[in-house]
Amino acid sequence: MSDLVLELSHITKRFGSLVANDDVSLKLHAGEVLALLGENGAGKSTLVSILFGHYIADSGAITAFGKALPPGDPRAALAAGIGMVHQHFTLADNLSVLDNVMMGSESLWQPFTRHRAARVKLLAVAQRFGLEVDPHARIGDLSVGERQRVEILKALYRGARILILDEPTAVLTPQESEALFEVLAQMVAQGLSIIFISHKLGEVLRVSNHVAVLRSGKLVAQAAAAGTTQAQLAQWMVGHAIQPPQRRPAGTIGAAVCVLTNVRTAAGRDRLAGASLTLHGGEIVTIAGVSGNGQVALAELLSGTQLPIAGSVEFLGRPMSAHPAVLVEQGVARIPEDRHAVGVVGDLPVWENAVSERLRSRAFSWYFWVRRKAARDYAEKVIHAFDVRGAGASTAARTLSGGNMQKLILGRALLHPDNTPAHTITPQLIVAHQPTWGLDIGAVAYVQSQLIAARDAGAAVLVISDDLDEVLTLGDRVAVMHAGKLTEARPATEWSRAAIGLEMAGIHGEQPTPQTAPAAPAAP
Amino acid sequence: MRLEKRKRSSAAALVLAPVGAVIFTLLVSSLLVWWAGAPVSSTYGLLLQGGFGSVFALTETLTRAIPLMLTGLAATVAFKARLFNIGAEGQLYAGALAAVAVGGLHGGTGFELSPYLLFPLMMLAAAAAGALLLLGPALMKTRLGVDEVVTTLLLNFIVLLLVSMMLDGPMKDPTAMGWPQSVALTGDLELSKLIPQTRVHTGLLWGCALSVGLWALMKYTVLGFDIRAVGANARAAAFVGVPVTRTVVMVALLSGALAGLAGAIEVAGRTSYLTLDMSPGYGYSGIVIAMLAALHPLGVMVASVFVAGVLVGADSMSRAIGVPTYLADVIVATSLISVLVATLLTQYRVRYR
Repeated sequence: MSDLVLELSHITKRFGSLVANDDVSLKLHAGEVLALLGENGAGKSTLVSILFGHYIADSGAITAFGKALPPGDPRAALAAGIGMVHQHFTLADNLSVLDNVMMGSESLWQPFTRHRAARVKLLAVAQRFGLEVDPHARIGDLSVGERQRVEILKALYRGARILILDEPTAVLTPQESEALFEVLAQMVAQGLSIIFISHKLGEVLRVSNHVAVLRSGKLVAQAAAAGTTQAQLAQWMVGHAIQPPQRRPAGTIGAAVCVLTNVRTAAGRDRLAGASLTLHGGEIVTIAGVSGNGQVALAELLSGTQLPIAGSVEFLGRPMSAHPAVLVEQGVARIPEDRHAVGVVGDLPVWENAVSERLRSRAFSWYFWVRRKAARDYAEKVIHAFDVRGAGASTAARTLSGGNMQKLILGRALLHPDNTPAHTITPQLIVAHQPTWGLDIGAVAYVQSQLIAARDAGAAVLVISDDLDEVLTLGDRVAVMHAGKLTEARPATEWSRAAIGLEMAGIHGEQPTPQTAPAAPAAP
Repeated sequence: MRLEKRKRSSAAALVLAPVGAVIFTLLVSSLLVWWAGAPVSSTYGLLLQGGFGSVFALTETLTRAIPLMLTGLAATVAFKARLFNIGAEGQLYAGALAAVAVGGLHGGTGFELSPYLLFPLMMLAAAAAGALLLLGPALMKTRLGVDEVVTTLLLNFIVLLLVSMMLDGPMKDPTAMGWPQSVALTGDLELSKLIPQTRVHTGLLWGCALSVGLWALMKYTVLGFDIRAVGANARAAAFVGVPVTRTVVMVALLSGALAGLAGAIEVAGRTSYLTLDMSPGYGYSGIVIAMLAALHPLGVMVASVFVAGVLVGADSMSRAIGVPTYLADVIVATSLISVLVATLLTQYRVRYR
């Protein structure tokens, strides 16, 4: 490798008693892609925040292009040629691409903005790296992949020579991810350096030259991507070997539990525009798709927090109720997308969150009084049965880690208060929206195995996910969502990644399965 | 300089924060005392003595604390649900007006009701008047998204003008020699004194009972959970089936009723008639008290006695050494800001560079 462009030496950062970064040293060379790998809370974001000047390290130093980088100064980081592309874009929807790229790069005291010169420079940068955009398009009209391109252009326009990408593929279709990887390859070929933050092992090996693995704030391993395997990386990340949940085929498929016919919803964060789907007991149906195509509306519809404006939603043969408490009583278990903002009330104690869905039922209230003893007992049961760690029944739910918070939500949804060892009541329908998003590998395996167990006990399970791996490993049948519509839910084995990617982009080409596939079982 | 979230707050910090806030308040206020040219220590001594130093001082403080307790509870329950009711002042006057209308004017209607019936009717009318006054802003907030801070604040002035109109018109006391004051309540509707020869009345028991009642409501009932959940995270509350709109409306009725009762109890316990200067901003002070009490109904009892003591003590201190009574407002305001900052510092740490 050629010249050293960035060096982090002995970075340590504490938050109270928690050591977020513990003596981390990294080197980045010109023309190199360094993948920063680690679970949530391993210290990736802290390290990058220190590098970019949002945090100040307790000790340690950063050198960029041979010069020391002053701590706590994002402007200095920008001036030194470090650019960052955040996972959540920082673009103004109502402005053009050019305006967004120029924003903040001009002096406030300059009388006129220099659009023409900026446009020329932007097009030059775009052409150099193969990032085609229309400078006058409005950001609001662009697709997610195009917006990400604008973010990258923004960094390059400011002369970034080290680009930090935070989970860049989380919002992309497989095809868009491929396009991004090609752009990255061009950038590297021209001598730029890239820090690529991810937890997807496959793409890390695909993109990077070097991999650095963080665990609990420590740099536990560094390796050349060429010489390592996914299993090895996973073991470094978690600290022990991982058993992924074994995919078992569904047993007997039960009766239809929930039937959506041509459902439309009013415009909200996203909408359904004529979606149809049938969910049977004893099977998992997964929904793939780029977020923003109706997933929120579908999840809210089946969680009782949104009503259809056309079409019908039937649950157990009757129109579905729009009252969350009624739905829960009828046996719908709900796992919302955003556990912090929707799943729990963070300021309230764990026990109140555990019973909040069923507080109005006879089990936990008598007229308007809360049956606190019964509620606490139930919360203890959930904590015990679902292994919620890090907090007691009385501590604020906010203090739980993401994985434990998800276990609490999963537990209250799946564990019926009337359950006894001899007699368990399983939910009729489980609606899980991004159930493993942001969880560490151990928690992902736990959540997925619980969903599979519920399926085996006869529940109809719907999993909506951005993660194609999850869609394909968990689903018995898979449907793809685009622009508020759903494709037919076909057995997972009949889908290829490419076919799903095309449907995600709204391209309905030829049938994803060639005609030989349905005939295959008859062949022998 | 920047703020960083603490991973967890230590128990010592939680205890030290209010103590530090009080010390800081006294330090800041002593600058003003020093500026006014008075000796700092004797000023504070006189203030303390005037507020709490004798039976008389104590009863005056408690008398002043009664309306503050009720408006403090009104702010507490509303703020807990993130309904920012700035209109307790108007609701207090509306309650007082309703109390006088029922308890003072009934003679004119020709109905002679037993005081055992009339007293509850009077209180009910006051509570209803306050509740209805806040119902409008609450419905406008839940239905149309109108900011309740603006509507409740502006309603205060409308109610004050209404009271002014009534005091110069239909409810004017013909025997008051032209002063704008209402007819008085019939004598048997007035609250009895707790201690003879002082002004402190049984309204104090009402205040304490309502504090305990609100605390129990928040802690032990489904509605209490709903209120806390809606205030802490309305989206999550809606997800688990809390009727968010209905809860906000219930809170509005409750908060308005408490402020309305403050007006009725002030009329029945202290003044027996309504004037335009009956409340020196009790409705607004209620917000300060609710914040000082960290929105805890039992803390409201303590905070209202503290604020009342400072106000009463400043009156007598000012008579003795000529430091303006405005010092009391400075102390109350500074203590509020210091408590808020101290609470913030228990959750965040300050980093320099």
